[in-house]
Amino acid sequence: MSTGTQRQGQEPERRDDGSEQTGASPLAGGIRDGLTGPEAPVNGREFGNGRRQGAMRYVDEEQLARGLGWFSLGLGLAEVLAPGAVAKVAGVRGGTGLIRLLGLREIAHGLSIFTQGRRPAGALWARVAGDAIDLACLGAAFASPDASKGRVAFATANVLAVTALDVLCAQQLAGDGNGGAKPERGAIPVNKSIVVNASPEEVYTFWRDFENLPRFMRHLESVSVTGDGRSHWVAKAPAGRTVEWDAEITEDRPNQLIAWRSLEGADVQNSGSVRFEQAAGGRGTVVKVEIDYRPPGGAAGALVARLFGEEPDGQLQTDLRRFKQVLEVGEVVVSDGTLLGEGYNEQRPAQPLGVGL
Amino acid sequence: MRANCWYGKKDVRVEQVPDPKILNRRDAIVKISSTAICGSDLHLYNGFMPTMQKGDIIGHEFMGEIVEVGPDVKNRKVGDRVVVSFPISCGNCFFCEQQMYTLCENSNPNAWMAEKMFGHSPCGIYGYSHLTGGYAGGQAEYARVPFADVGTLKVPEGLSDEQVLFLSDIFPTGYMGAEMCDIKPGDTVAVWGCGPVGQFAMASAYLLGAERVIGIDRFPERLRMAREGAKADTINYMEANVYETLMEMTGGRGPDSCIDAVGMEAHGGHGVVYAYDRAKQAVMGETDRPIALREAIMACRNGGTVSVIGVYGGLIDKFPMGSFMNRSLTMKTGQCHVQRYWGPLLERIERGEIDPSFVITHRMRLDDAPHGFDIFTRKEDDCIKIVMKP
Repeated sequence: MSTGTQRQGQEPERRDDGSEQTGASPLAGGIRDGLTGPEAPVNGREFGNGRRQGAMRYVDEEQLARGLGWFSLGLGLAEVLAPGAVAKVAGVRGGTGLIRLLGLREIAHGLSIFTQGRRPAGALWARVAGDAIDLACLGAAFASPDASKGRVAFATANVLAVTALDVLCAQQLAGDGNGGAKPERGAIPVNKSIVVNASPEEVYTFWRDFENLPRFMRHLESVSVTGDGRSHWVAKAPAGRTVEWDAEITEDRPNQLIAWRSLEGADVQNSGSVRFEQAAGGRGTVVKVEIDYRPPGGAAGALVARLFGEEPDGQLQTDLRRFKQVLEVGEVVVSDGTLLGEGYNEQRPAQPLGVGL
Repeated sequence: MRANCWYGKKDVRVEQVPDPKILNRRDAIVKISSTAICGSDLHLYNGFMPTMQKGDIIGHEFMGEIVEVGPDVKNRKVGDRVVVSFPISCGNCFFCEQQMYTLCENSNPNAWMAEKMFGHSPCGIYGYSHLTGGYAGGQAEYARVPFADVGTLKVPEGLSDEQVLFLSDIFPTGYMGAEMCDIKPGDTVAVWGCGPVGQFAMASAYLLGAERVIGIDRFPERLRMAREGAKADTINYMEANVYETLMEMTGGRGPDSCIDAVGMEAHGGHGVVYAYDRAKQAVMGETDRPIALREAIMACRNGGTVSVIGVYGGLIDKFPMGSFMNRSLTMKTGQCHVQRYWGPLLERIERGEIDPSFVITHRMRLDDAPHGFDIFTRKEDDCIKIVMKP
């Protein structure tokens, strides 16, 4: 149910269990200790890899889908506008009417990739079906005495390569190309951290009172604690609307960790965790936040995607900076340019608005 | 109120805008008595600073009288006469605690913009683009001063506006440029740029014990001010080869420290090099023309310090890293941590060690700001520093 918990199992936290520190080096003879003696630190750990594989793969398949979308549009237009030239390249003779039809299909595939949202798995599977038709046509052409065998073979190789990309992309978008822990379809994972000049106790205590969250999370209108570890959240949506959900605390380790998830019936399914760690050298507290949003389908989903999805990383980073301001200077700092902006990054001219807050 | 608003390249207009109000609990409202045009405002005026918006009030060197304070301003009251620091700094964060005020982590609400451009964000600055916060500036009748308890300096009676106004920026900036050189008795310090910041860098180098100070520029009136106001020797780069002249003046060893008080819109250098940088800047291949910086690095003695206080905004090209690395040079830089310096510098003014008003060449009304920008950017009428009264 909670993808947040699953991702904790597979992403950066895995490095915290120490398993990578103790493994013997596979290199013959291993690596000799450079620092020795009773005060020598334990071996360093490698950072960044897990995150990159997770987060980048997620972005890559979306970029790949868009690339394939453009490819569909380009090829489709060529087939519709210049079927003769396409036939020549593919090594087939005649059949321009059929090629025009295939072109219309390509254009439809391209359009559906761009209109199905961030993760158009369905449109990619449709492309795979289209690839099968193309391959069937090329197979028929191969049998034809008029065809240039070399060119048809070349065209077939190309279509097979694109088919492989389509299958890969469709599988990853559908979330089953991961060979194990599969991210829930449509989930938007966000990770950010910030250093706050206060003790873990102070920072934990402020966050643990969820009713404080709207003071720095710009998209939240209110959070009311309803008791028994449960709370009711109301978030602002575009056009003056709101989305609501109930949430429960799933883990609470004082001064260290708070984790929560939304309950059944939420407008936006979500789960999250925040960790509080003493910063190196006692320089305050590192606050690490992970949130997964799972917008529903349909129009409400589009609305929510716009709300959380445009630049979720940037939005959380800005929220955390506001959190730091509240703890370090007592309130969110505003400037003329950022006053009354609807989105987190909207600006108005840097001159007084004429009203106080 | 009346305020000088930015509308585009070479287009500023004095307009009627709403009066500022208290927006945060540590704000104060200051009725401005004197406000200056800074050389760095010309980067806005010439369209080199990204993230400006039409209508932005500009200006970051100003002073006046406090007319309203927020509920959490404990050490200032209505009626106090104050200078305002151009950096907006909270006083509570990791960097403010170390007196690195222009690195304040809490005063730039648009830090995300700066992070995209710089990797990390500097502090908020008045009237200096949305990248540095989108704060209304001080070329106006009134200004809102956030964190007024940290960002204002009370001025004692008996000192004129013109004597203390430049504590807001250019005097501490020049001073920090000299301080970063870690000057030792007997040192020679060369300063590229004899604008107001360069003048204060030269004067400060003497205050910090330099034996010889050399100013480099091309405008005769600025070179004259360097000789007569800051007591420096001078080189006119239009008439002499700077490197060769500096070597001649220092027995071939080079100045112990070199200060770049020019920044991203440098002129000069070899004609071909200047044309190259100008062209690359025009097509956005680099944002800044580092002609003075390159020359400062090449001229600096082995093991010396290059101190950069001229403003850079983005990327430079042909940085002489080989010279820099092989000769054990040190570079120190930064927007000035004004609040670290202005107290001691005010004491120097009170003791009569320096009168910063020597850089002022023009006095005018705020309404004449567009004219002021015009003559300042064209260096017309021997314009070096303009002070305006609302």
